[in-house]
Amino acid sequence: MLLITCPWCGPRDETEYHYGGQAHVPYPENTADLDDRQWAEYVFYRDNPKGPFAERWMHGHGCRRWFNALRDTVTYEVLATYRPDEPRPDLAAPAAGGER
Amino acid sequence: MTTEPLPEHPDFLWRNPDPRPSYDVVIVGAGGHGLATAYYLAKNHGITNVAVLEKGWLAGGNMARNTTIIRSNYLLDESAAIYEHALGLWERLPEELDYDFLFSQRGVLNLAHTLQDVRESVRRVNANRLNGVDADWLDPDEVAKVCPILNVSPDTRYPVLGGTFQPRAGIAKHDHVAWALARRADEMGVDLIQGCEVTGFLKDGDRVVGVETNRGRINAGRVGLAAAGHSSVLAEKAGIRLPVQSHPLQALVSELHEPVHPTVVMSNHVHVYVSQAHKGELVMGAGVDTYNGYGQRGSFHVIEHQMAAAVELFPVFARAHVLRTWGGIVDVTPDASPIIGATPVENLYVNCGWGTGGFKATPAAGWTFAHTIATGEPHSLGAPFALERFTTGALIDEHGAAAVAH
Repeated sequence: MLLITCPWCGPRDETEYHYGGQAHVPYPENTADLDDRQWAEYVFYRDNPKGPFAERWMHGHGCRRWFNALRDTVTYEVLATYRPDEPRPDLAAPAAGGER
Repeated sequence: MTTEPLPEHPDFLWRNPDPRPSYDVVIVGAGGHGLATAYYLAKNHGITNVAVLEKGWLAGGNMARNTTIIRSNYLLDESAAIYEHALGLWERLPEELDYDFLFSQRGVLNLAHTLQDVRESVRRVNANRLNGVDADWLDPDEVAKVCPILNVSPDTRYPVLGGTFQPRAGIAKHDHVAWALARRADEMGVDLIQGCEVTGFLKDGDRVVGVETNRGRINAGRVGLAAAGHSSVLAEKAGIRLPVQSHPLQALVSELHEPVHPTVVMSNHVHVYVSQAHKGELVMGAGVDTYNGYGQRGSFHVIEHQMAAAVELFPVFARAHVLRTWGGIVDVTPDASPIIGATPVENLYVNCGWGTGGFKATPAAGWTFAHTIATGEPHSLGAPFALERFTTGALIDEHGAAAVAH
């Protein structure tokens, strides 16, 4: 079972969370100008990397807030968790007090 | 009662050739779908200058990691058509391939535990019958007649209110299916090349002309991807994005038991599916892990839930021991339906997105994919499953039909 650190509540078991897929997918600008292909990209296409992945989790059994995690999709190691208003952490320079 | 002995294998299954510099068709992935595609390319289309490339060993991915259930009781017309085509092919393949892979039409029960389950199930039975798929609605007493060890008491937390039954459904010995297809494809001249990982694609403009591998360049007239959970990783090397997400799906088996379980039981609501393998193991599965992953292992809490469901449905299993668990990587599309057909790169075709339901589709996936690769045109059964549907919006929303949460 994964141990995931909610930015507000601290480390909790995976079962307390709801998974939300890829993080940092912005709602498109100028939506009236998008063609069907561009709408398909926004609605249906997501990254599916083998390795570090920035994704959304929601602490459903705790504070019920959404946050982001950087997790390796091969080892399942949670490399970092961070609030939605924070940028994706740079793994090459881990922040002090990071998850690792 | 004794368990059924496994059939003897033929001494010779396939050659182990080195890759040649060039083929008419290269298939990436020697799982069930890749092997079936090669078999039907040779048998239906006379195309035998074919290589099937496998980064690991033959049928060592999801083909070795599934729960072997075969059925065609899907709700929507497009799905029913392709899965029923698969079932028809399954019924004649053991003789056609001259290989006893223990295809056992012991039926599949899909249980209903809520009023909404009942309505959905009856609707699916009617839809199945309209599509020529055998299906019956059974009340709890009839369910108990099909599977006497099932607990149909009204006193459980989620009582069995009935179930749908497809008598022609069943299970097959998955490894033997792969070996049967491999032997025939090999006999017809197809090169099955293990330990050969595709690391890149050779392109001439927007057209694929071959693949780069850890064993050198291989030129190809056409390339077909059949790599299941790793399809998007491969496609990215060709510069294509696919609308799939890879998730771990795990299963487990018990120690061996005397034959006690005569059919296949699936429950969407309490979420477990159980059959008994020919040797005697109870084979169980549940849902995918919600998060993306390539680790070929699953979460423990999923096992905990499926075991709780299994013991409630089958009190007789309470003291069975888990022998082994494993995970496969499934590629899930937004509408829980596969993708079969052309890609934006000319002469590059993809068969992926089967999610949790790929094994049952093996012969039809091969049949339609071979047609598409051979002719450059979609097969009528595969046409609705083209990649374009995510742009046109003509989705085939089969969430729920898999009896697996994904």
